[in-house]
Amino acid sequence: RYQMKVKVLSRNPDDYVRETKLDIQRVPRNYDPSLHPFEVSREYTRALNATKLERVFAKPFVASLDGHRDGVNCMAKHTESLSTLLSGSCDGEVKVWNLSKHECVRTLQAHEGFVRGMVVRFCGTSFFTVGDDKTIKQWKMESPGYGEEEEPLNTILGKTVYTGLDHHQNDPVFATCGQQVDIWDEQRSSPIRSFTWGVDSFSSVRFNPVETELLASCASDRSIVLYDMRESTPLKKVIMSMRSNTLCWNPMEAYYFTCANEDYNLYTYDMRYLTSPIIVHMDHVSAVLDVDYAPTGKEFVSASFDKTLRIFAKDSGHSRSVYHTKRMQHVICIKWSADNKYILSGSDEMNIRLWKANAAEKLGVLAPREREAASYSQKLKEKFQHHPQIRRIARHRHLPKNIYHQTKELRIMKEARRRKERNLRKHSKPGSVPMVSEKEKHVVTVVK
Amino acid sequence: LFTRSSLEKNPSAENPDMLYDGGEDELVGADADMSSEEEEDGYDERKRQKLLEAISALGGKRKKTLGERSEAAVQMSEFTVNAEGEGDKIELSDLIGSMAKTPGLSGKTKKRLKNMEHSRKAIDCPLSKQESERIQRDLAFQKVSKEVSHWNSVITQNQRAEQLVFPLNQGPSGPQPMERVVVGWKAQTPLEQEVFSLLSANKQPINDPILTPTEEASMKAMSLEEAKIRRAELQKARALQSYYEAKARRQRKIKSKKYHKVQNKAKRKDFLKQFDEMVKKDPAAALEELNKMELARMQERMSLKHQNSGKWAKSKAIMAKYDEEARTAIQQQLEVNKNLTQKVVTSLNNEEEEEEEERPGDAEVLPDFVNDAEQGLDFSNPWLSGTLSQDPAEETSDAVTVTVSAEENVAEEEEVEETEEEALLREFDSRRKLRQAQEAETAAAIPVVVVVEEEEEDDDNDASDKEATGLLRGLAEGCGEADQAADTDTSAQLEEGLRIRDVEDVELLTQEEVELEEETTDKAPVKLQHPPATESFQNAGKTRKVKKGIELKQVLTKDTQAIQVPFTPTVEDTEDAAGKLDQRGLIKEAFAGDDIISDFLKDKKKQEDAGKAKVVDLTLPGWGEWGGGGLKPSRRKCRRFRIKTAPPPPRKDQHLPGVIISEKRNSSISLHQVNTLPFPFESPSTFENTIRSPLGRTWNTECTVKKVTKPKVVTRLGAIIKPMTREELVKDRKQAGNSRLQELKLVK
Repeated sequence: RYQMKVKVLSRNPDDYVRETKLDIQRVPRNYDPSLHPFEVSREYTRALNATKLERVFAKPFVASLDGHRDGVNCMAKHTESLSTLLSGSCDGEVKVWNLSKHECVRTLQAHEGFVRGMVVRFCGTSFFTVGDDKTIKQWKMESPGYGEEEEPLNTILGKTVYTGLDHHQNDPVFATCGQQVDIWDEQRSSPIRSFTWGVDSFSSVRFNPVETELLASCASDRSIVLYDMRESTPLKKVIMSMRSNTLCWNPMEAYYFTCANEDYNLYTYDMRYLTSPIIVHMDHVSAVLDVDYAPTGKEFVSASFDKTLRIFAKDSGHSRSVYHTKRMQHVICIKWSADNKYILSGSDEMNIRLWKANAAEKLGVLAPREREAASYSQKLKEKFQHHPQIRRIARHRHLPKNIYHQTKELRIMKEARRRKERNLRKHSKPGSVPMVSEKEKHVVTVVK
Repeated sequence: LFTRSSLEKNPSAENPDMLYDGGEDELVGADADMSSEEEEDGYDERKRQKLLEAISALGGKRKKTLGERSEAAVQMSEFTVNAEGEGDKIELSDLIGSMAKTPGLSGKTKKRLKNMEHSRKAIDCPLSKQESERIQRDLAFQKVSKEVSHWNSVITQNQRAEQLVFPLNQGPSGPQPMERVVVGWKAQTPLEQEVFSLLSANKQPINDPILTPTEEASMKAMSLEEAKIRRAELQKARALQSYYEAKARRQRKIKSKKYHKVQNKAKRKDFLKQFDEMVKKDPAAALEELNKMELARMQERMSLKHQNSGKWAKSKAIMAKYDEEARTAIQQQLEVNKNLTQKVVTSLNNEEEEEEEERPGDAEVLPDFVNDAEQGLDFSNPWLSGTLSQDPAEETSDAVTVTVSAEENVAEEEEVEETEEEALLREFDSRRKLRQAQEAETAAAIPVVVVVEEEEEDDDNDASDKEATGLLRGLAEGCGEADQAADTDTSAQLEEGLRIRDVEDVELLTQEEVELEEETTDKAPVKLQHPPATESFQNAGKTRKVKKGIELKQVLTKDTQAIQVPFTPTVEDTEDAAGKLDQRGLIKEAFAGDDIISDFLKDKKKQEDAGKAKVVDLTLPGWGEWGGGGLKPSRRKCRRFRIKTAPPPPRKDQHLPGVIISEKRNSSISLHQVNTLPFPFESPSTFENTIRSPLGRTWNTECTVKKVTKPKVVTRLGAIIKPMTREELVKDRKQAGNSRLQELKLVK
């Protein structure tokens, strides 16, 4: 006897055909967890793969802009155009770059000696430079027409050398620093206000981009001074154990700023409580020369004398990434581009380098599925970040030999100091050797 | 405060105008006079000073000189500068001595100053410059820090936000209206200018691009009312058209010949009328029409339709001897043929009629089997083997396996030709009987199988109604024979069929059982197979189910689903069986060498034994007594030093026969495990919870995945992110105010 069983498939179009073309394609799926077991292990594998791929794709270096005939001493972002960058070198030359074409658009001899500072006016039509020749010059952003001579719009002759310059966020006011901090009106040839506090020279001055009337400057007496443009006197001063080279305000959080210090560290302060920094950012192995915040205010990048640049999350003590190349020398100035995608570094060996802010990120327009996949893998990495293998792979960076060894050395030194202190504490009267936290260690005093 | 202190400090030189209230002009004049005098004085003074210094140097007393800064600086420290006449005491009279000389001073002021001179009360010493500055700074700092603290809420909010989209103050996404883009933009390049000139020349919009002038004109041309009316008209026309179409469709489907005859006649009349008119009015068109008719006739003739060579004509010719109607039909046919062969225009009408009559007839005569696939064309394709029109008969139970005879098949084919109504009636009639008979039989014979089938029924909703009813009908007929067949069949056969069926069904339930059963069937193919001991429990459950299944209500409400088609032994069926065997055979062959199950059991036994408590012998021969070859330690000692280790905790797999659970720590896994609690978490359980919930779309719905994997920071490609502005603060305050208001309202 033969029997045949017939099983009939039923395909009801209602179950899989979408109603209109605009609907999402219906994919029947059973989310019963018993049908998809081992979720943690499967996601762990995915996270591990994502982490590995991130390291594989981490190629941050985009381009190098060469053309300067001396070390690049300062840079300025254009306020309106993403593709424009200005740079000033140690021989007084200023170059305007087109970043998308990687080429120099315009070159002008702005000063004799160093170009010390440079800033673009908020409207983007002109820019200011200061130099070793004791002058402040205002230049047009447009290059001069045929036959016209390259001439500054304005020149102010000062009595002393200016070392830094910054422009107000939305008023025709700028500030310079040298032997004192001066506030200038664009229309006048003498400062509308000068701030001094003891006799010393200042290395940089920065306007607060949010609370636009506030300024901060770094002085050579190891201090950071706060000012209010509306007041006749400075506000407060904090003296640290070593000199700060530059500082940068957080563009999204009005009262935080980060300063780049000679003692290899960066310090983030809350301007209301200067007695101790909020976070000490360590990792560099030489003096930190420049710092710039990402426009989102979530991260910042620092340039150091140790020929690397490092990216820190604003609330973490150690860097998330370090960029270096064989030929890059001491990095003098650094900028984070206004679209949060790139980093620009100017270094001693006359080159400006363009880096990706996220080393493994794919540039250009992403398809929706690509974007979703990227955000999913990002979340996976975050979720499993504490797992040892993933952490190991995610943190692994190749470092140049000397930096690697120097880091090791510094670690040993630090450990030795810690041990010594511990022993001291152990063998002295209880309470006579107080515990001083890392944050408090670096602040000498706060002067009112 | 400041002015006073400065005044006190160096009252001689600096600000005379602060002292004097009025008369500036004179003052300037006086200043000029004084300066010339002072120059001479200064010269003398310097000389005197030198002299004094020389004298003091002689005395050997060295005056302490303050260190001067050698660096070039614009502003010198106040500490290194010493003013002349520093140590001298200054009286008020010195200061206001010149008052008498100045005539322009008002009497009032003079009086007040005089009074001041008389009153000898000293004013409080003003604060030093450093101190006063410090106070100023402190105040200013407090003010600023208070001001800055307004940002607290915004900052914390942004830090906590699940997602931040930059640039912050974005406008609405999507294409912006032209006006907004165009405002504040001018044609600059020659190309732009050219384009603009073209636009303006063609009355295209430049500033207000919502509507072009032409568009506006068209808007004006028709008002809303008109448009509505027109739309209604169009709608009506469309509706009428659809009605007409529906009617035409309906008419076309009418099968009555008479109706069509009448219709055709009417049409013909109409056509003739029109044709006559056409001949009068438009002879050219009429000629064309004629040509058309001729062409149609030719085609008709070429089709050889109306000759007596067709099947129909032949049959009619045979019948013509006895049947009057057939004879007339043939006559007509011949006539038509004659007409067609002649080139006469009027013959067209008859032809058409014939044609009309022919068509529906053809459709009706067309037999059902035309749609069937040819049997035996492709034996490998099971779909081609069955006939669609043929109603497949079925047998629901194995006890009633029926070998269908050829006669039955014939009967079934006859049945096919019955009309559908009859089939339906029969079906309803037979359904109940059939059900009852079937259920009773199956229940009596083998309960297990029935249950399985019932379960299958629940699953198989796919079988269409038509098929099901057809099957039922087939069964109703075969029912009587089935009984006989059951009697005549040998018991061995029955058992065999039963067994096969049983195996197939159980296969659906569990894999292990199948394996066991296969083993048994291999050993004793004819013997009635008893279920293994492990199955007994399940069987009990099944029998219980069976009792439930016999209940009349359930039987009647359920349809049969397991479709079993009694077939004459065909190739594909055997192939199917062969395929099954093949699969099993393959597996068997693949694992021919090793017996997996027994290996597994051995393995497990070994592991269990390894974990069991052991007796350890710790006796040291020769310790505390004589030792040497052939000497055994004393029994007391043996007893004392034989130690039984503590029994291990019960194995986790002791109740799981098919599993080995190893509780040993696996070092290769521990490499991937978190060994310390990460920073922000306070207890292991919270950390584990975060790990446990999956993120991917394998486990979550699309919406959840989107929500869970939202990136923290989103930036737009190529957009400049400006620093935060004060507007954010204002916005935040407004929001806070609103929320507070809402809270208040809620409270109320």
